[in-house]
Amino acid sequence: MDILKTTQLAKSFGETHAVDHVDFTVTAGEVLALIGSNGAGKTTLINLISGLIPPDSGRIEFQGADITGASIHRKIELGIARSFQLVNLFDQLSVHDNVTLAIFSREGRTRRLLSLADADVAVRDEAVLVLKQFGLDGRAGAPAGGLSQGERKLLDVAVAYALKPKLLLLDEPTSGVSTREKAPIMDIISQVVRSGGITAVIVEHDMDVVFTYCPRIVAMHQGTILADGTADEIRNNAQVTANLLGTQTA
Amino acid sequence: MSPLTARPRRVLAWSAPVLLGLVALPYVVPPYQTVLLTYGLVFAIAALGFNLLLGYTGLLSFGHSAYFGMGAYAVAFAVKYLKAESMEVFLLGGIVASGAVAALFGLLCVRYTKIFFGILTMALSQVLWSLAFKFFWVTGGSDGLRVPTPTLLGGSVRAGGDKFDFLSHRYYFYVLAVFVVGAAVMWVIVHSPFGKALQAIRDNETRAEFVGVQVWHYRWVAFLISGVFTGVAGALWVPLNGLTTPDILHWTFSGKMVFFTVLGGFQTFFGPVIGAIIYNYLETYAVGHTVYWQMVLGIVLVVMVLALPAGIVGTLKRLAPRVAKAT
Amino acid sequence: MDSLIVHLLNALLYASVMFLIAGGLSLIYGVMRIVNLAHGNLYAFGAYVTAWAVGRVLGGATEASPWLYALLPVGALAAAALGAVLEPTLLRPLYRRAEEYQLLITFGLLLILEDLMRLLWGPYPLQVSALYEGMGSLTIDESIYPTYNLAVIVIGGVAAAALWAFVYRTQFGVVLRATSQNMRMASALGVNVNRVYVQAFTLGCFMAGLGGAVIVPQQGAVLGMGVDALILAFVVVVIGGLGSLEGALIGALMVGVVREAGITFFPEIELAVLYLMAAVVLLIRPAGILGRA
Repeated sequence: MDILKTTQLAKSFGETHAVDHVDFTVTAGEVLALIGSNGAGKTTLINLISGLIPPDSGRIEFQGADITGASIHRKIELGIARSFQLVNLFDQLSVHDNVTLAIFSREGRTRRLLSLADADVAVRDEAVLVLKQFGLDGRAGAPAGGLSQGERKLLDVAVAYALKPKLLLLDEPTSGVSTREKAPIMDIISQVVRSGGITAVIVEHDMDVVFTYCPRIVAMHQGTILADGTADEIRNNAQVTANLLGTQTA
Repeated sequence: MSPLTARPRRVLAWSAPVLLGLVALPYVVPPYQTVLLTYGLVFAIAALGFNLLLGYTGLLSFGHSAYFGMGAYAVAFAVKYLKAESMEVFLLGGIVASGAVAALFGLLCVRYTKIFFGILTMALSQVLWSLAFKFFWVTGGSDGLRVPTPTLLGGSVRAGGDKFDFLSHRYYFYVLAVFVVGAAVMWVIVHSPFGKALQAIRDNETRAEFVGVQVWHYRWVAFLISGVFTGVAGALWVPLNGLTTPDILHWTFSGKMVFFTVLGGFQTFFGPVIGAIIYNYLETYAVGHTVYWQMVLGIVLVVMVLALPAGIVGTLKRLAPRVAKAT
Repeated sequence: MDSLIVHLLNALLYASVMFLIAGGLSLIYGVMRIVNLAHGNLYAFGAYVTAWAVGRVLGGATEASPWLYALLPVGALAAAALGAVLEPTLLRPLYRRAEEYQLLITFGLLLILEDLMRLLWGPYPLQVSALYEGMGSLTIDESIYPTYNLAVIVIGGVAAAALWAFVYRTQFGVVLRATSQNMRMASALGVNVNRVYVQAFTLGCFMAGLGGAVIVPQQGAVLGMGVDALILAFVVVVIGGLGSLEGALIGALMVGVVREAGITFFPEIELAVLYLMAAVVLLIRPAGILGRA
């Protein structure tokens, strides 16, 4: 079934049509990559779906319900979570607290003023489990600002994952990270997403990552979808090769 | 561990002897010193409230005199119009008045951050200040309103003849008790899930929103709590001072709150408390030496920002990590 | 009851001064993204320096020689000089730090300047009404209107035009606009950003000081005028948008008109009306009418 569907979704910034009447559907449980050169509209599409910016026109439906005008808070309640290309963490809080916060928020417990956060054992334990899945449990007590870039990228995803979303939007989860670290990060993300049955839309530039981890690839160019298919189909698509991949293909 | 958290047991360990010392104080030092410290504790309560917004939510207000003043004037009005005498009535009035104003001003201010927030808070408190002058038949104008010594604990504790003795003993313990309760409540609040949400908002407003924390709502609640704490301080201050005047609503008084919070260190829980108490001594002893007191404050503030941004307590913590873990 | 023209002129007078102050604030913000809480005190400083300088030259005389008017800008120059010293020493170290520190340090500066003016010139207002009266008055619609006010309005207009020309028609203006739009890019293209910053800051302070200098013959220099001006300048930029000179002009005009209307019909709540206006604008258009904050 379609977990997400956009119909003629459009957003312009001045003269630029960042997202140009896009029809985009995602099936529940799938893992897909959103590729395209800079300015293709990938991040804008994510921003529209997650609610950071409002669309100029078009519809967004999530699990059949119209969420076009919904607030960020509502979208999170419904089960959409995202990570960020430029890491967005709570730098002065510990790694552990970054995750517990997401859990408290999910459970509606952030309203509680008169109980100690550290006393909630269930939340603490769940956070530790999440950190273990992401390989960050060794850094639980460190302030998030002090982590390496790779660890920060993982934590960014972990915080979104802790919200137990149905749809996870990941904006360049391996950008800024050395080539060596990319595969381990993607292994973790892939494992976590699959075992949780989470639908994932991953914006990526690194084609090795895309071909290895994403069974479906959607290529965007200048605000529209250029191609949509498997790795082979994309590799053999002349337009995609010309615009995105360069003339040399692997 | 975030610099703002600490183990409850460790805190209790060192605060118990300090508390004991504070309780013993009136029997050990001259009454004047006790009354002086009472002023310090009043400012410390205001500092706790102020820092909920600054240190924990990341909002720097230049208009907190509005809530201190509302607390103070609520007491004065209770005396003038209701002929009230009871400190409990005074406190209730202070809470309601400062809470109402904080709720209203908060609605307007929390949609903004940084400079807009700062100047908006300053402007709103100046409006209150100018109203205190304009409606002089209600507020007593620049002469202010007198407030007699209150009765404590529902009228069971009275001043009797010796006002100074009352202030330096019974009233001191009352203020100390309110301070301890206030500090304990604030401690729990900042260590609660709500407190973590505030810190998240401080660190990264966007991410907080994307984790499901509705930023404006939480800021408003923090603003309200902050205003009420400061209002309680204002209500406790008036009987000490005997009088409330519009000065207490002026931006210069807001500036003092900013100053002593930064002096103590706004990135720690107890920093602002220490800063408020130290500031109180500084002001009392230095005011006699120079008219240009504002310049001194300004210079110290500039030096602090350039050289000691962590404040006194914050800097001490950097130098002694063991102390850091305990507070 | 004064005629409509007189009210209009009063509004323009106020708007002229507010444009100078708020325009300076907006310019600095537009280029450097900082707001100087002590900006109002630079306006006050300009007023005091001018009042003092003119007062010294005048001695005890009550008649002002026409040459004395040429001395007016000295306040603006003093404010500019002060700004040129303050930016590299107090503000530059903080650009990389959280914005709270900028607010705190400029607040400290505000406190220092307040008392500095008290130290230098005492707690009583300084007047130079000789300059105000020296220009005589005109009869407008049966009312007598001070010619000096008209001079200030003209100065305000000239300043707005000069500033516009400076920002949009000169080489320096190009550099200024480039730096304000993209500091890193400008720097990569060889612009000395530090120098641009101190120049922009100095210009902003010059404008504030000029505002003080031109109005001091009419209202004197008094302690506390700085903070009042700061808050009113803020009302102007809230309406017009922080970072926009055109916005500062529009905001200043609106504030001038509303204040004049307020004083005429509701003298008690004049201040409240202005804050109310700012609050309404903030609620419906947080960035102001032309803002890009």
